Amino acid sequence: MTMKKIQDKYITYGMVVIAYVLCEILMRTGIMSSHIKGLLVPMCYYAIVAVGLNLCVGILGELSLGHAGFMCVGAYTSALFSFAMEDVIPTVPRFIMALIIGVAFSTLFGFLIGIPVLRLKGDYLAIVTLAFGEIIKNIFNAVYLGIDDAGLHISLKDMSSMGMDPSGKILINGAQGITGTPSDANFTIAAFLLLASLFVVQNLINSRDGRAIMAIRDNRIAAESNGINITKYKMFAFTISAAIAGTAGVLFSHNISTLTATSQYFGYNASILILVYVVLGGIGNIRGSVIAAVILYLLPELLRGLSDYRMLIYSIVLIVMMLFNWAPKAREFREKHFAFLNKRKEAR
Amino acid sequence: MKLFKKVVSVAAASAMAVSLLSGCGSSAPSDTYKIGSIGPATGGGAAYGTCVKNSIQIAVDEINQAGGINGKKIEYKFEDDELNAEKAVNAYNSLKDWGMQFLLGTVTSASSIAVSEKTKEDNMFQLTPSGSAADCVKYENVFRVCFSDPNQGIASADYIADNGLATKIGIIYDSSDVYSSGIYQKFAEEAALKGLEIVSAEAFNADNKTDFSVHIQKAKDNGAELVFLPIYYQEASLVLSQAATMDYSPKFFGCDGLDGLTAVKNFDESLAEGVMLLTPFAADATDDLTVNFVTKYKEQFGEVPNQFGADAYDAVYAVKAAIEKEGITPDMSVSDICEKMKKGMTEIEVAGLTGTITWDASGEPTKEPKAVVIENGSYKSMQ
Amino acid sequence: MSFLTYFINGLSLGSIYAIIALGYTMVYGIAKMLNFAHGDFIMVGCYVVFTVVSTMGLNPVVGIVVSIVICTLLGVTTEKVAYKPLRNAGSPLAVLITAIGVSYFLENAALLIFGADTKAFTSVIPWEGIILAGGALKIQGVTIITIAVSLVILIVLQTFIYKTKAGQAMLAVSEDKGAASLMGIDVNKTISLTFAIGSALAAIAGVLMCSAYPSLTPYTGAMPGIKAFVAAVLGGIGSIPGAMIGGLILGIIEILGKTYVSSQLSDAIVFGILVIVLLVKPTGILGKNVQEKV
Repeated sequence: MTMKKIQDKYITYGMVVIAYVLCEILMRTGIMSSHIKGLLVPMCYYAIVAVGLNLCVGILGELSLGHAGFMCVGAYTSALFSFAMEDVIPTVPRFIMALIIGVAFSTLFGFLIGIPVLRLKGDYLAIVTLAFGEIIKNIFNAVYLGIDDAGLHISLKDMSSMGMDPSGKILINGAQGITGTPSDANFTIAAFLLLASLFVVQNLINSRDGRAIMAIRDNRIAAESNGINITKYKMFAFTISAAIAGTAGVLFSHNISTLTATSQYFGYNASILILVYVVLGGIGNIRGSVIAAVILYLLPELLRGLSDYRMLIYSIVLIVMMLFNWAPKAREFREKHFAFLNKRKEAR
Repeated sequence: MKLFKKVVSVAAASAMAVSLLSGCGSSAPSDTYKIGSIGPATGGGAAYGTCVKNSIQIAVDEINQAGGINGKKIEYKFEDDELNAEKAVNAYNSLKDWGMQFLLGTVTSASSIAVSEKTKEDNMFQLTPSGSAADCVKYENVFRVCFSDPNQGIASADYIADNGLATKIGIIYDSSDVYSSGIYQKFAEEAALKGLEIVSAEAFNADNKTDFSVHIQKAKDNGAELVFLPIYYQEASLVLSQAATMDYSPKFFGCDGLDGLTAVKNFDESLAEGVMLLTPFAADATDDLTVNFVTKYKEQFGEVPNQFGADAYDAVYAVKAAIEKEGITPDMSVSDICEKMKKGMTEIEVAGLTGTITWDASGEPTKEPKAVVIENGSYKSMQ
Repeated sequence: MSFLTYFINGLSLGSIYAIIALGYTMVYGIAKMLNFAHGDFIMVGCYVVFTVVSTMGLNPVVGIVVSIVICTLLGVTTEKVAYKPLRNAGSPLAVLITAIGVSYFLENAALLIFGADTKAFTSVIPWEGIILAGGALKIQGVTIITIAVSLVILIVLQTFIYKTKAGQAMLAVSEDKGAASLMGIDVNKTISLTFAIGSALAAIAGVLMCSAYPSLTPYTGAMPGIKAFVAAVLGGIGSIPGAMIGGLILGIIEILGKTYVSSQLSDAIVFGILVIVLLVKPTGILGKNVQEKV
């Protein structure tokens, strides 16, 4: 590991810590508006899932269009636990357990889905991850789960076919999801989890395993002939990526009290939105993902003043940013006229 | 890449600074009543959110033109939630910064429940025009204008059974929609008690709402005499046209979501002939209030309002009545206003577009649903 | 008999997916870009026909022609403005994200222009269909027309690509852009032509889709667009007959899944089958298997 890389890593942590401290100060002194205050946790979990997806897209080099599905798994399993145990376990241990459960299940799903998915290549791999994301969403949408004195009841059809005692508690009400998850997440936890995921990903990149993963990305055949176990490393990176997405899911479900598996949150649209963060922030650039997620989540909120034209302007800004950021011509132009800003090379 | 980041971070920082500052303005005592509303103005539910947005505007303009409430004007602001509970909470926070004192929202149930957690914390008065799920009004500070889902399901089953419309019922519902599946659940329970036989109950979801051939075919094959449609008019228009191409013509029965069917632009009204619905609002009713509202809406926005809009319009007048009853002034704190509104809401009676409404402390409205049948493209009362 | 009824319903839905997938696979197969905005081109096409036919009261044929022209222009312009600058961006993902931006743009522009409320589309096909087995079976006119139109498009496209110079140029560009330009092929012009054809097909698909399912909102195109993409992958990326077969199969699976398994889990079934097919045959039903060389 070179000096530069270490430095780079700490810049990212420093950035998050400084942003956190700044926000805390603004919040404590009451200067921060409630609008921005409410955006802090969502910004963190979208940054987390973007970091996770960047591990898959940028470091492993496989396009996934199903990461919102892993988020969904993390969100549902943890919310289910918190909701069921709301009156049994006190808040702090309950949230820690919920977090562990959410991450464990998304890891498991990442592993199981990774087995078939990683046998495929390119666009075919992308479409299969999209398919799995939709399958996860669709199944969570159809599940009815309740608990009464006779134990757990489950149905994939409707509530009446569960045959539940009216005194029982409905845990998942089909497409209406879980209503009333305790809001245990706050900005401190969210910022901590963001730092933790950054820590995991950045250390992975700079480790022996990380170099093996990047070698597979750059040239699979060369990597294989050097004795790197392709399947193992691919699975490893994909599973960790899913686990990080699950972490974001846990935060998601503990931030708002209604959890539904609709396409706004967990469909392919949502997966693509996360991909937008990753691509705009720079493929393989972990810090870029965090910055892009924060900015792109903030943007439509800050455009609220434009009322009806808000989303139209947002789409135009998105296209312009992409052109400005990625087009070879725009890059040349930038290099010519703003060379002083471009001194440091991309961290890849 | 670096430049991009610099430019954007500077832009974001300055924008943030602006929005941070805007938070400070709200502390000054205001001289106007500030009403906020939240709903989907973009995305899948845009038709409902837009109608609520416009209808509140009409009611607010009317009141302001007539001199306001106790001489004080109303200020109104609507925020988009993209049919997303997370964005609805963001919208709520942004309205709070603006200085909102009354929330007329949100339009959809899931968002409404999420926002009610926050309004409860802040003790902000919330009146949802159309959040119909049972959980929407579980807190004391939340009231609603529309019927609750269970209420509509039971009323529909009772009406069908009591009037002997049919004994074999087919149902097509939207399992991803709280409104639709809520009505379906209660309808199924009540139908069993009333001796109605449900021969087919098929669901669709938000991602899959164009092809209803299977749903219709199953109802047809199982011999349903009446198909119950606890869904919105957009999907219902497709169900009706597909049933017609499949040569299936049972009786169709729906709830207030079907209102708007005959107003779908370019819709073949003959398809809707004989469709029955329980609705508190009918856009082509001839009473002065409805005519006034619908005419204004058409003039200003070029469309025919649906029942969401009617509920929202009534919500504004309910707030006005409660303010007058309790003598609420704009300089009171949000929490004081909420306490007074909670009391005021139970004491008022509003003669609105959706009937004469009273509220009890649970937040549920009491009003009469009307059963209507569509004949020649217009509603005709069934009693 | 009831199986046959459901099968025919599946065919109706599948024919719609197929005709959309044909346009999708043109752009996808030749320009090698996932045009997420394709579904929204369909929506634009529908609104144009709606405006011309229902609002202005002109003949449906005029409507279709105007719609094809507008969609073609829109496709070519979008390609010029939003996609072309990113062609050598270093990552194919850049253009994918821009396509999403274009998709948001078209949806929100339509929302502002036409409003959020549903419009009922008047079918441009007055034919009722054929009734078989004494009224027990009915094949809708729009289904027959859609399949016929898809077949015509399929044959025309195949002939165009394999028998004309411009078509051969497209094949060359899809194989290797660099080599194609060395052989004197104007890559930019070829890709523009591909977009023009793809967008014109979107307009035709839009008209037929809205004739079968006569409801029009700014978001009408999004889900069919993604399903058609799935169909194109199922059939094999870049294979035009594959797109048609993929579309038909997808529609049939969806309807039969709804009928015999669960109407709530239909998406899970459709996508589940896609996963299985791709695991057994990783390049789709008619896709070519390219051997990897060192």
